[in-house]
Amino acid sequence: MALRALFTKTAPTLASGLGPFASAGGSGTRWQGLCHARGLKVAALPDLEYDYGALEPAISGEIMRLHHQKHHKAYVSNYNDALEKLDAAMAKGDVPAVVRLQSAIKFNGGGHINHTIFWKNLKPVNEGGGEPPHATLGWAIDTDFGSLEALVQKMNAEGAALQGSGWVWLALDKERKKLLVEATANQDPLVTKGANLVPLLGIDVWEHAYYLQYKNVKPEYLKNIWSVMNWKYASEVYDSEIA
Amino acid sequence: MQHHTLSCCGGVRPSLPPPPLSFRWSKIKREGGRRLPRCARIAAQLELKPPPYSLSSLEPHMSRETLEYHWGRHHRAHVASLNNLIAGTDLDGMGLDEIVVVSYNKGNPLPLFVHAAQVWNHDFFWQSIKPGGGGRPSGRLMELIERDFGSFDRMLEEFKRAALTQFGSGWAWLVYKANRLDVGNAVNPCPSEKGNKLVVLKSPNAVNPIVWDYSPLLAIDVWEHAYYLDYENRRADYVSIFLEKLVSWEVVSDRLDVAIERAAERAREDETRRQEDDAAVTHSEAVEMYLDSDTDDSEAE
Repeated sequence: MALRALFTKTAPTLASGLGPFASAGGSGTRWQGLCHARGLKVAALPDLEYDYGALEPAISGEIMRLHHQKHHKAYVSNYNDALEKLDAAMAKGDVPAVVRLQSAIKFNGGGHINHTIFWKNLKPVNEGGGEPPHATLGWAIDTDFGSLEALVQKMNAEGAALQGSGWVWLALDKERKKLLVEATANQDPLVTKGANLVPLLGIDVWEHAYYLQYKNVKPEYLKNIWSVMNWKYASEVYDSEIA
Repeated sequence: MQHHTLSCCGGVRPSLPPPPLSFRWSKIKREGGRRLPRCARIAAQLELKPPPYSLSSLEPHMSRETLEYHWGRHHRAHVASLNNLIAGTDLDGMGLDEIVVVSYNKGNPLPLFVHAAQVWNHDFFWQSIKPGGGGRPSGRLMELIERDFGSFDRMLEEFKRAALTQFGSGWAWLVYKANRLDVGNAVNPCPSEKGNKLVVLKSPNAVNPIVWDYSPLLAIDVWEHAYYLDYENRRADYVSIFLEKLVSWEVVSDRLDVAIERAAERAREDETRRQEDDAAVTHSEAVEMYLDSDTDDSEAE
């Protein structure tokens, strides 16, 4: 499954590890020309599977539009920019430049990874958003957290307590076959907390994810986002990893 | 009930002589910041200080709505949380500067650090701006800017770059650097005002350069809540407007004067201490440190 490429243990390599994030088309013809010459796969902004306004009232259309068209797009552009520079630096053997570019790769690549997952783990209510998980994932949640309510409460508590910018995750430890709740800072992807961790659901708690609608009342955003949570996506990922 | 007013009145309050941190910290660690019995609680409540201008007077550069949320909700919540967390502990009754430094715990911060530092930071931030701000500095501040950055415009560029590359939440700063090493007996062997300079820094989340022993002169809040209502994702526009229309260079200049005076005083203290140490060594009786020995340990056998 293409999604597996997301969850490799090693850091994404330039060659082919970018999976569904990569696109030969890139985000503009400039990228296409230059990077095809070097065989470099650049990132592309994925489309949402629903309209910007389709997640209301949980998340406003205005936020969805800015979040996708400005924030995520900026991560994609900046990542591609850093990637091109990294490629040049590696080709030249410019080690200081290679090292210096790592933070831009991490910030922007992480931003791209995280938001790509995020759009998939949200769904309009009339398309199944908010419907609780059943079967394997449902049972696993009951086993590892006691109940769905307990899980939601835990994630919301972690999200509320997170100071600054970051993400809260429902993660699967695929080695131990256990679910856990994790938080990451800034745009650190979940794998930075453990190579065996697979993201099932992520909640963006950067202020840009909720501020225009909820202002400083982050707990309200956390409470409402569950009504558009795409448990079906989480179940699919879970089942494919557990199998 | 004691009241402590916050220290930011347009200048950096020279902090107290460095507290005996090791003593105080071990005391806190032993007691774990535990609460004193109810009857013994000192409620030294820190206050939410209002900005020195009305909430709508920074329009259109920073809206009334932003001030209402930023000052009225975010800043206010940090004051309340801080008061709640320090009540009845050893930190209760300390000045805010000290609470920030102690709770930073040399890079392993206590949970209350974010609240203490954000109270400090926001007080400082509101004082740094004013209606009709912007323009250019003059006098000693401008001289040092030109000396340390080449030109005013270069300093602005560096400040903007710091503000725009602080990834995630945080702050960008103009500070006066006159550090000593954080060791009890460290003395700068060649003290000179020329070693002191203006520096641009950035810091993540709530971190504040006083924990690194710098003297902050100017701060810009680059947490998204500071600009999202007025500028959405356009942090660059916010930073430019901040510098062009809001900064109070008078306040920055006053802070610089205080910082320079503080550095000079410390240098004098260091010099006095060094002279006293020298005198003590000269007058004390020489102690035989290395005794002759018949055994010659260095020869291999």
